[in-house]
Amino acid sequence: MSTAISTSAPASSPATAAPSALTRLRWWVCDSWVMTKRNMTHVVREPEEVVIYFTLPIMFVLVFGYVFGSGMAVPGASSDSAYREFLLPGVFVMTMLYGLGATASGIAFDVGRGVVDRFRSMPVTRSALVTGRSLADLLRALLEMTVLVVCGLLVGWQWHRGIGNALLAVGLILLLRIALTWMGILLGLIVPNPDLVAVIVFPTAFPLTAVSNVFVAPELMPGWLGAVSEWNPLSATVGAIRELFGNPGLGGSSWVAEHALVMAVVWPLLMLAIFVPLSVWRYQRLSR
Amino acid sequence: MTNEFAVVAEGLHKRYGRSCALDGVDLTVPRGTVHGLLGPNGAGKTTAVRILATLLRFDAGRAEVAGFDVQREPERVRARIGLTGQYAAVDEVLSGRQNLIMFARLFHLSPRAARARADELLEQFDLVDAAGKSAAQYSGGMRRRLDLAASLILAPDVLFLDEPTTGLDPRSRNGVWDGVRSLVAGGTTVLLTTQYLEEADQLADRISVIDTGRVVAEGTSDELKSQIGGDRIEVVVRDAADLASAAHVVEAVGGGAVHTDPDTRRVSSPVRDRVEALGDVVQRLREAGIVAEDIGVRRPSLDEAFLALTGHRAEEEVAA
Ligand SMILES: Nc1ncnc2c1ncn2[C@@H]1O[C@H](COP(=O)(O)OP(=O)(O)OP(=O)(O)O)[C@@H](O)[C@H]1O
Ligand SMILES: [Mg+2]
Repeated sequence: MSTAISTSAPASSPATAAPSALTRLRWWVCDSWVMTKRNMTHVVREPEEVVIYFTLPIMFVLVFGYVFGSGMAVPGASSDSAYREFLLPGVFVMTMLYGLGATASGIAFDVGRGVVDRFRSMPVTRSALVTGRSLADLLRALLEMTVLVVCGLLVGWQWHRGIGNALLAVGLILLLRIALTWMGILLGLIVPNPDLVAVIVFPTAFPLTAVSNVFVAPELMPGWLGAVSEWNPLSATVGAIRELFGNPGLGGSSWVAEHALVMAVVWPLLMLAIFVPLSVWRYQRLSR
Repeated sequence: MTNEFAVVAEGLHKRYGRSCALDGVDLTVPRGTVHGLLGPNGAGKTTAVRILATLLRFDAGRAEVAGFDVQREPERVRARIGLTGQYAAVDEVLSGRQNLIMFARLFHLSPRAARARADELLEQFDLVDAAGKSAAQYSGGMRRRLDLAASLILAPDVLFLDEPTTGLDPRSRNGVWDGVRSLVAGGTTVLLTTQYLEEADQLADRISVIDTGRVVAEGTSDELKSQIGGDRIEVVVRDAADLASAAHVVEAVGGGAVHTDPDTRRVSSPVRDRVEALGDVVQRLREAGIVAEDIGVRRPSLDEAFLALTGHRAEEEVAA
């Protein structure tokens, strides 16, 4: 530091009246956007992290689609690419689930390293950190979806029921992602250590996808396992988007399996109703 | 701020479960001055700063910063303070410049003003060359400077610095000290915590010595030093067997309470006239046939300050 600190800094805001509701709203939008941009800049400056999150699902498509796929049965379909058509919607949803890990470790890093403390000591709208994060994650999910859709088209996956239904399916995927983002935010707030977050998320994520309709149709599983799989919230979204994309593998005669579309909306909303208040509560507890 | 005091704290209490981090801390800092919070590890310095910077709730007491109650109007406090925490809190992925622009935007500067302010601060904190590098690639001292720059974006009314120079080289440390002085000249009030008596001595108008959550002494640096007892003479003997007789010699010369440390074979005592005492001790040690490895007169260390002010040594607190 060569020179003395100048006093030319903009003066802090005047002591008069508290900001109006409109100003607060503007600040909330502004602050959230700054936080969103921050997270997007992370992706640009450290693309390796996102690439790792792409590699895994693409690997699953290749390994399951071509290696195991030949031995996999899809109820009601027999063509060569049938299993890959069945698999891709599952991989879309699986990718959203793994995204939770990125959310949680990002938040954990900020809390653990005191960056959150700096934000909290500034006149920043308190919720901006999390709203910014969830918006950034949504943009990131769009990027992931784009890559996976291209990858899917290359291995013979297609949507068969028009672009409208396909977009609706993407909408359902993103809705699930938002719910999972909030789950990740809560996890990051509870476990402020990125390494620990990874140790928790990845070993639990795989069984969660295995015991669902992501890789195998639940009708083909032993009784009770099939029932658990059908009630897995991931299965609802996967089932719903298979229906909307017109992909094979719609099966099961249970109530949940037949109401996949409804459940694909109900489950994420239910998760949001649980994880948003818990995250807010946990965030406020940082000042304990 | 119409108030005469930038920081007022009365009877702050803070418990973590069963342990008491703050046990009734009182603090008043007049506007435009530097106040030092001096204390060993675990004394409660960070806790006090976090409470005043609106990061932490407290159990009892009252605190006002920049004229606003910390609990009732935290947002208005936040608009007027800067905080540099004990550990550098910057975004590690973003570059130094991107960090400053982001923080400036979060202080609600326009994008243009934010960029201009970021460049100004990079210049002042000697970070221009590293402006484009990720903060993760910065050295500890550079990160510290970036952290400090981020807390000065709006020339705060009150600046909190939690051990701002721990881990800095002497040049950077002097830079921080100069920076603090010129900020104060511009009207900012500074509350700084430190473990170094010298730092408090250099910067602070007044000092509160804090230990186990309580202010155990308060005053100007000179007032505290006279309480502590000023200069000390210190003798390190070659043979531990001579410790007792060396203690007699030092006591006779110094006339104050002698402190003997068998581990380092060191005997020390307060003295009034440094030069005369030094001559006397050298002569008497020779007469007594005691071989000394080192003899010197020096300022009291924080450790001795603690011994004098609290009746126990600083390290015991850490072990406890
Ligand atoms: N989050 C916490 N949970 C439980 N105890 C805590 C917490 N934070 C601080 N403490 C306790 O409160 C006391 C004061 O801690 P504080 O961090 O304020 O000390 P300090 O003076 O800043 O020390 P240092 O010089 O090591 O930074 C310590 O005994 C510490 O163990
Ligand atoms: Mg501390």
